[in-house]
Amino acid sequence: MTDVTDVAHEVTAPLDRVPDLDFEAWACPVPLRDIPSVVMGHGGGGAMSGELIEHLFLPAYGAAAAADLGDSAVLTVGSGTRLAFSTDSFVVKPMFFPGGSIGDLAVNGTVNDLAMSGATPLFLSTAFILAEGTALSDLGRIAQDVGRAAEAAGVRLVTGDTKVVERASGDGVYLNTSGIGVVPPGVDIHARRARPGDAVLVSGDIGVHGVAVMSCREGLEFGTTVESDTAALHGLVTAMLATGSDLHVLRDPTRGGVSASLNEIARASDVGVELVERLLPVPPTVRDACSLLGLDPLQVANEGKLIAIVPAEDADRVLEAMRAHPLGRSACRIGSCVPDHAGMVVARTGLGGSRVIGLPIGEQLPRIC
Amino acid sequence: MKYLDEFSDPDLAKKIIDQIHAVTTRKWAMMEVCGGQTHSIIRHGIDQLLPDGVEMIHGPGCPVCVTPLETIDRALAIAARPGVIFCSFGDMLRVPGSSQDLFSVKSAGGDVRVVYSPLDALKLARENPDREVVFFGIGFETTAPANAMTVYQAKKLGIRNFSLLVSHVLVPPAIAAIMESSTCRVQAFLAAGHVCSVMGTSEYPPLARKYKVPIVVTGFEPLDILEGVRRTVVQLEAGRHEVENAYPRAVRDEGNAPAMKMLADVFEVTDRTWRGIGEIPRSGWRLAGKYREFDAEQRFDVTGIHTAESSLCRSGEVLQGLIKPHLCEAFGKECTPRNPLGATMVSSEGACAAYYTHRRLELVDAK
Repeated sequence: MTDVTDVAHEVTAPLDRVPDLDFEAWACPVPLRDIPSVVMGHGGGGAMSGELIEHLFLPAYGAAAAADLGDSAVLTVGSGTRLAFSTDSFVVKPMFFPGGSIGDLAVNGTVNDLAMSGATPLFLSTAFILAEGTALSDLGRIAQDVGRAAEAAGVRLVTGDTKVVERASGDGVYLNTSGIGVVPPGVDIHARRARPGDAVLVSGDIGVHGVAVMSCREGLEFGTTVESDTAALHGLVTAMLATGSDLHVLRDPTRGGVSASLNEIARASDVGVELVERLLPVPPTVRDACSLLGLDPLQVANEGKLIAIVPAEDADRVLEAMRAHPLGRSACRIGSCVPDHAGMVVARTGLGGSRVIGLPIGEQLPRIC
Repeated sequence: MKYLDEFSDPDLAKKIIDQIHAVTTRKWAMMEVCGGQTHSIIRHGIDQLLPDGVEMIHGPGCPVCVTPLETIDRALAIAARPGVIFCSFGDMLRVPGSSQDLFSVKSAGGDVRVVYSPLDALKLARENPDREVVFFGIGFETTAPANAMTVYQAKKLGIRNFSLLVSHVLVPPAIAAIMESSTCRVQAFLAAGHVCSVMGTSEYPPLARKYKVPIVVTGFEPLDILEGVRRTVVQLEAGRHEVENAYPRAVRDEGNAPAMKMLADVFEVTDRTWRGIGEIPRSGWRLAGKYREFDAEQRFDVTGIHTAESSLCRSGEVLQGLIKPHLCEAFGKECTPRNPLGATMVSSEGACAAYYTHRRLELVDAK
């Protein structure tokens, strides 16, 4: 294991000066009608989130930006050690839900972002923003969940921060986690590497976390309790890498769901993705809840699942390894990358028709009837 | 829900599709009235599997789409007021008014909340006695009974800080208006099963007779829709024009008597303007006199609203079945779900949104 404390900070090239923006005259080029302020959809993980990054953050950061917009950044330091670095903030409501809490979600979320570049997660930070009035007993439970999840994932909590905001400025507990891991030599997993012919795999049932949270947030009950699938996936990724397959892309389909992840991959790699709708592993409870609320399970968030794009000839071998792991027992192939309709995701419907699976726009909204 | 699987069975679907192909000898144009059916047709690719001669025309049955711009602007004005909690079903939040939507009002500090039942809004009113709670009561006959029940409860419980912004619309007058149009191409209707499960089927035989159109009451699952299409084509080919119930598991001819009683108590029929179509006589509900105190339009002074529709948007023609969504010049260019000019693009029930979301591939190829 690499001791990252010995890795010297290295700036490979001098930065150009960050351009001055005239904020008085600045017309934000985010193409969202005439809305001049942040709306909830900007954090939904769909098209609006992407536009904010592309049209607001990156231009404002200028030459200082070195992100290539994956779940984690892979940085080469020192004599060639590759570090994966990721940060994520968690604002889930309610803070406790069937199958988990904001605490284990925050650990697993960042561990998974690191794992999606093939990294072994090593160290995490935790930064709490607390609303005045939050019960210390709740905070204690969350902290305990953080500790347990980190221990289970084999990562160390090495630094942190706590801030309190006035009652009216926040709502309970917000939690940011950042993480560092090491990418093994020879591993090159990136959204740009999908190729026509590659198989699209998913590690298990989709839509579970989103429905679990929605069911208690909105006071909806669906007959059967749906529990969040939150889990750390780096062990599963290690098992997949052990097959020797050259894994092309990994993604954990969190906000925006499978749909957002596959659309991002299709665009980054300039390939088409074709899904077979009848192969999608949507559990009946999720399907029924989505049907009631008018949501598409492909757009509902997951927290313990991954999508893998692998060479077709390796698909069976990788699937076998996934199914042998507790977090990949229901892994299956759901489609392929194709040379047609580059940048788009298309599903073959159960009846034999087809439909485009678009990038969700912002927040998922239940429809009226 | 388990038994709904039977209504998506691909083998059974194939059989019905084959029967439709076998029975179709010429071109027919039929309208599915309900936006839920439009969504299902496009989502499952059903119209791709029908004979070339069978054209599905998408009707005005999306309540979000047909809510008048003026009402949306009223909603925005009320929601922006301090002291108001404005409650709505989720899909109304993104519908553009003249200059903004409910999301923008929320972002600017308005207390806008998504609820799943109007009774949740009433609960909010009880929990917040110092605030005015307003529920946006839109929809066809399907959603109206629950809204009626909420107002009934508010009166019974003496809750004074609750009101309803009402924009209910009715299906049968819309069918009549479509048939009366000089440009009408519709030869048959798939009637909306959910509406008939409330109101029954008694309003349809006079329409079928007067306009000589088959009307088949149809559900929302793929097999429901295919069976509705099959029965409609059989009637058209035989020159018949009758009302048939192809959705008997949900619809009884007499409808839902308690729901109809509640509707008759709380609402009265009124002329209603439909966005994109115009005024249709006796095509809506408003609160009856004894419940007028719960009318948000009365309670809040929201007169003097000046509306401004996009001059590019042709959603009115889409709603009347005169053009397909992608034939609007703004479709997919100036108008997308992200930047909607009209409500048919923003509502998930809307025909333009259904085409854009699920059909972009074909439309890109076609252009």
